[in-house]
Amino acid sequence: MNAITQSKITATAPLTTPATTTTSKPSAFKRRVNETLGVVVPPLLVVAALFLLWEWLCSGPGATLPPPTRVWSDAKDLILNPFYDRGGLDKGLGLHLAASLQRVAVGFALAVVAGVGLGMLVGSSRLAMRGLDPIFQVLRTVPPLAWLPLSLAAFREAQPSAIFVIFITAVWPIIINTAVGVRNVPADYRNVARVIRLRPHEWFLRIVVPAAAPYIFTGLRIGVGLSWLAIIAAEMLIGGVGIGFFIWDAWNASNLSDIIVALTYVGLVGFVLDRIMAFAGRAVTRGTTEQ
Amino acid sequence: MTRSFLEVSRLSVRFGPDAPLVLNNIDLKIEKGQYVAVIGHSGCGKSTLLNVVAGLLPATLGGVLLEGSEVTEPGPDRAVVFQNHSLLPWLTVYENVKLAVDRTVGRKMKRAERHDWTMENLALVRMEGHAQKRPGEISGGMKQRVGIARALCMRPKVLLLDEPFGALDALTRAHLQDQVMAIHARLGTTVMMITHDVDEAVLLSDRIVMMTNGPNATIGEILDVDLPRPRDRLALASEPQFLAARESVLRFLHERHALPAAA
Repeated sequence: MNAITQSKITATAPLTTPATTTTSKPSAFKRRVNETLGVVVPPLLVVAALFLLWEWLCSGPGATLPPPTRVWSDAKDLILNPFYDRGGLDKGLGLHLAASLQRVAVGFALAVVAGVGLGMLVGSSRLAMRGLDPIFQVLRTVPPLAWLPLSLAAFREAQPSAIFVIFITAVWPIIINTAVGVRNVPADYRNVARVIRLRPHEWFLRIVVPAAAPYIFTGLRIGVGLSWLAIIAAEMLIGGVGIGFFIWDAWNASNLSDIIVALTYVGLVGFVLDRIMAFAGRAVTRGTTEQ
Repeated sequence: MTRSFLEVSRLSVRFGPDAPLVLNNIDLKIEKGQYVAVIGHSGCGKSTLLNVVAGLLPATLGGVLLEGSEVTEPGPDRAVVFQNHSLLPWLTVYENVKLAVDRTVGRKMKRAERHDWTMENLALVRMEGHAQKRPGEISGGMKQRVGIARALCMRPKVLLLDEPFGALDALTRAHLQDQVMAIHARLGTTVMMITHDVDEAVLLSDRIVMMTNGPNATIGEILDVDLPRPRDRLALASEPQFLAARESVLRFLHERHALPAAA
């Protein structure tokens, strides 16, 4: 933010002096290009270096993993055409990812509703906290996949079981962060609300929810990250369309190049999910944290 | 016996059954329209006294009467300006005041009236030009002015100021003191102000309540300040009556009731 305003000031400064108006525009453009290059070039260089290292390490006769050039020639089809559909499980990576994202979306949405609700309850009622918090603290340490057999037994179907695993993975950080946010509503706000005699529902909607929003979004961000970690593992076990099973299937078919391509996509999607949550959090809580 | 406008009667406060008394047997009568400052060293319980009058803290013994009825809970008739402004950061300046208008006097007003009343109170503290800014975008003095507007918009019977200028620099503080004096002259609101600034107490008040050191704090002395209003800080700087009042408060605080650690 600061850097942008600063560059604007310095860039427009020459406009006030005559005869430089023609040169100031390209210089501002140049500056922006330089800034962008400064951000983009270093990671590209590192990626290029890693590719070279990988190529060098995996080109030897005894290499167990394919080098980048092999990955490209093996999986060119997969990389260039993510949305092909030849029926059954023979689909492009885009379709597998879409199936996984759909499961995450449903499971995560349920986790948001339940997590924010329970978090508000635990955060605002001492009794609820005493009763529920110890249980949450134990249950949240259970690894996501440990729930899978139980949920398969309960739901007797792959799809709802996978969704349940996402739900149970994402719900704990949302509950805990929401509760902390509600408990940390400053005492001053409570006093203000008491002086103007806010009714309980007004107090809740106009003070508690906005005051806790930054904490809630921290919980959502952690939750969505964990969901994405869990769905890959869960799909490896439940099968069907989905990026997790795609990886497992490729391993069974010894398509190491496919696995490498899939991992790249998984990483990129996880990164995008995290960024979306961070952005949503910043957009919603604009102004609430600065004081 | 005639009742005073605001009466604190035989008030004692302790936090917990085994804790020592924070305030011990406070008796204080404040008449309508009076500006009363409560001064004392930090930790003497002056903020506790204000919070009991506000209804934010319960009295252990005794109590507070406002126009003859006992104070049992907080309410808009005793509006508080908090030391750290306590504006809601996600609302604009306008929305912060509007929220208080809507929930208090505005319940019987029409939509347009509520807006006008909000703007009128912002204008009172000269913040109407910054109505759409958020608290994070304005200075500390401006935030405190909005806090004052938010308190005044409830048409309180008593305005309670809890060290309202404590966190401000000296120049901003002087500026705000002048504004508060002007508002008090114009509206005639009864004011109870907590402060630790001797000059501020003498300049603004009709009476200065001096508290002894806590725990077990009580009222040590009450000084009437009969300086004519409107008061001007420059003219008063060399006024003998002002200096005498100032000296007697200083003597109370630093001679008879100096903090033990400082002695």
